[in-house]
Amino acid sequence: MTKSQTDTVTAPRDAKSRVELDAATVRFCGDSGDGMQLAGTQLTNTSALVGNDVATFPDFPAEIRAPRGTKAGVSGFQIHFASRKIFTPGDQVDAVVAMNPAALVTNIRDLVPGGILIVDNDSFSKRDLQVAGCETNPLDDGTVDGYQVFRVDITRLTRLAVKELGLGTKEADRCRNFFAMGLVFWLYDRPLEPTLRFIVEKFGRRPEIAEANRRALVAGRNYGETTEAFAHRYAVDRARLTPGLYRNITGNQAMAWGLMAASKLSGCPLFYSTYPITPASDILHELSRRKNFGVRTFQAEDEIAAVTAAIGAAFAGAMGVTGTSGPGLSLKSEGLALAVMTELPLLLINVQRAGPSTGMPTKTEQADLNQALFGRHGECPLPVLAASTPADCFDVAREAWRLAVRYMTPVIVLSDGYLANGSEPWRIPRMDCLERFPVEHPRGPDDGHPFQPYARDAHLARPWALPGTPGLMHRLGGLEKQDITGAVSYDAENHQHMVDLRARKVAGIASDVPPQHVEGPAQGRVLVLGWGGTYGALATAVRLLWERGESVAHAHLRYLNPLPANLGEILSRYERVLVPELNCGQLCRLARAEFLIDAVGLNKATGRPFAVHEVVEAIERELAR
Amino acid sequence: MATDTSTTPIPERWTPNDYASGQDVRWCPGCGDYAILAQMKKVLSSLQIPREKLVFISGIGCSSRFPYYLNTYGMHSIHGRAPAIATGVKAVRPDLSVWVITGDGDGLSIGGNHLIHCIRRNLDINIVLFNNRIYGLTKGQYSPTSPLGKVTKSSPMGAIDNPLHILSVAVGCEASFVARTVDVNTQHLGMVLGRAAEHRGTSFVEVYQNCIVFNDGAFEFATDRETRTEATLELEHGKPLVFGKNRDKGIRLNGLEPEVVSLGDGITEKDLLVHDEKAAEPSLAYLLTRMHRPDFPEPIGVFRAVDRPRYDERLNEQVRAAIETQGPGDLDDLFSQGDTWRVEP
Repeated sequence: MTKSQTDTVTAPRDAKSRVELDAATVRFCGDSGDGMQLAGTQLTNTSALVGNDVATFPDFPAEIRAPRGTKAGVSGFQIHFASRKIFTPGDQVDAVVAMNPAALVTNIRDLVPGGILIVDNDSFSKRDLQVAGCETNPLDDGTVDGYQVFRVDITRLTRLAVKELGLGTKEADRCRNFFAMGLVFWLYDRPLEPTLRFIVEKFGRRPEIAEANRRALVAGRNYGETTEAFAHRYAVDRARLTPGLYRNITGNQAMAWGLMAASKLSGCPLFYSTYPITPASDILHELSRRKNFGVRTFQAEDEIAAVTAAIGAAFAGAMGVTGTSGPGLSLKSEGLALAVMTELPLLLINVQRAGPSTGMPTKTEQADLNQALFGRHGECPLPVLAASTPADCFDVAREAWRLAVRYMTPVIVLSDGYLANGSEPWRIPRMDCLERFPVEHPRGPDDGHPFQPYARDAHLARPWALPGTPGLMHRLGGLEKQDITGAVSYDAENHQHMVDLRARKVAGIASDVPPQHVEGPAQGRVLVLGWGGTYGALATAVRLLWERGESVAHAHLRYLNPLPANLGEILSRYERVLVPELNCGQLCRLARAEFLIDAVGLNKATGRPFAVHEVVEAIERELAR
Repeated sequence: MATDTSTTPIPERWTPNDYASGQDVRWCPGCGDYAILAQMKKVLSSLQIPREKLVFISGIGCSSRFPYYLNTYGMHSIHGRAPAIATGVKAVRPDLSVWVITGDGDGLSIGGNHLIHCIRRNLDINIVLFNNRIYGLTKGQYSPTSPLGKVTKSSPMGAIDNPLHILSVAVGCEASFVARTVDVNTQHLGMVLGRAAEHRGTSFVEVYQNCIVFNDGAFEFATDRETRTEATLELEHGKPLVFGKNRDKGIRLNGLEPEVVSLGDGITEKDLLVHDEKAAEPSLAYLLTRMHRPDFPEPIGVFRAVDRPRYDERLNEQVRAAIETQGPGDLDDLFSQGDTWRVEP
């Protein structure tokens, strides 16, 4: 999008007039110690509370405290809020708040021409510039030409606001983000109350800090109101979302809650077994707080122990779940194969990040698809599902566990850093409206026959008999088993049979899931085939082209293995198939191999999500062919 | 058969044979594992643990075939991971009696990390490590417990790895129960397994086990009737450390070092180190694990048996306490907690 989302701006003449926008995008950026994530989160929650649709993009360095004031240490949080349905945090931003020179120079390129730039004028000293590696002051050297620049003495004004509280300079300066928030809240006509409540909750135990933050927040708001600097302020009306009760939710939180919901709906106690890894750790943090729901979390000694402890818990009847990111998925692959061989239900949540190896831990990517599908020794098929938006993580977690227990199989769920940390409004479901899928374990043989641990039901699943049940004692393991009896077998024909059976079992899931849905025309020029966290960018791009009357449709896959039964037929109805992915073409190659179509990829591996315009341009290229 | 013959009526009292799965045992004839299996069945029978309450988890290696031969729940898993799998089982089902069967390769090499963390957490499980000082299943490479200089298929000029003394490691992890026994010393083996089963917390048992094919005689000093009284020392709680064919030798503490002394000539049992398996500090247990041939007799028996909080109990206690203080969680309440807004139709 060329002009960001501010397409309905009408320039007012009178000072401080209110400008109605249908959307706005704001980015807070500063040092990773400046509280920018907090500022962004507060603006997000407040915007959601006033009824906007929101989409966010937190972007921060892997280093907890990179040298202060350097470009490496810049942390940003972008939020897009709108009075209509939106799908992405926006390609460009309408306003940037830059707390130091490093933040300014690394973020200014994303500001729309004529956009608002608010800087902390007190953070551009010679020394600050030097630390940021700026030879000249970007405020004076032409860098900020063409923008509406507001040089605000944020540090000085914050210190003044909290002066009476007797805090040290360091503590006073920690309130700068609240001053910046107050100013932005005024600029976009947001209420302070949610943040005031947050301050009490978060800092209540240190009243002087709570009061300082409150004062800084109010001072920022008052500054906007009083100063002559700002010609106008903006308003973004409520979005017309589907009626219901909403909250803002990140992908990781939705995933954690989806797991808890799945546990409740299936009746299997949740055992979340994991090793801390960015960007998956917040799932652990959330679940470890939920012990009163019967949730047990286990912080294992390594990734391998995490998956194998989950397998043990599954053997014993729990909902065994392990969470990780790329390198951890590699380490867990041997364990996954054991779960395939023992045919135990298990979830592996892989929150993808830019790889290979340590790669860029806080940046997003979709490059683990091949590993999820094929990254195991032997013929080792298992279902793979992907979430498409932060809130979708809730539904995918539930669906994955439904399949795991019905088919007695491990399931991989793919999320990514963009979904995990990004947020959107979530229409809160009522638990009694969600489908229950209670798991029944065999109680014991009463028909005079010995127990058969590898007997098959209609789904080809074997019985999930639990230790502690009299009469059902059996031994599982990694060695090949004879079908039905579960005895160790080296028989050639049996191995072929079991390899085929395990494949057939997983393939059969295609008939148990909804057919692939297509947004847009049922046939036409171009089909955009996507999966996972790119949904927002692809959906936005496709809608822009609809407005121009282009023949473009969008199919976004949740089920990556098995692929939806009707997918081949869908692909055949379009002249061109474009597969945008944040990798070098993994789904694209799969689509070409499975369906013998001339699909083309749009590929990117920068650690950043697709910008909408990148997708639009790629679709345009396909339309022009 | 991996299945059991469960349709037979439940006997009033389970005999050792009731714990047998009926599957053909396929260790080499004369393997020390047979003796351990026989004693295990005896111990389970003497404790009358219901078969369905037992879970045997193993990794990979000769010893790890163990679960197939028992009519209990079991998993012959992947190399080195049995302690982690057992952790998952016990964490969610503290009512089960969980056993890990492992070997020196499985437990100390590929699975060393899981082993030490399992021990430090002190889950209420039993770990029996069959130490034969060789890789048997892969046909004779040196293992982490093979002595320096050991000539094997993969060390034709002698092993240059320093061996690991696993009981020192276990004590270093503050194991709450540490013991050593010998495969063919059936009575002692049975006693130690029984003690391990009854101990609450991680019981770590090293069994000197003879690999008749690839490392025959590795523990002859401990099994041979002629040498074993001199080469081993049977630990008994509260008793002085006496050994020898005529029980005329003992271990005395000289500063921080143990030394072998002969009784008589003014030295009496009163001068000897007295075994205290319940000592809160693991220093004595550690000292005992450092006694090796040829300078010392190698202690067998229970080195340490102390009461320490158990991970599985604490985990489930936290769940119980959270429910008690916060009330049982309600997902509808959780989802609508905090900042929410309603979009009206």
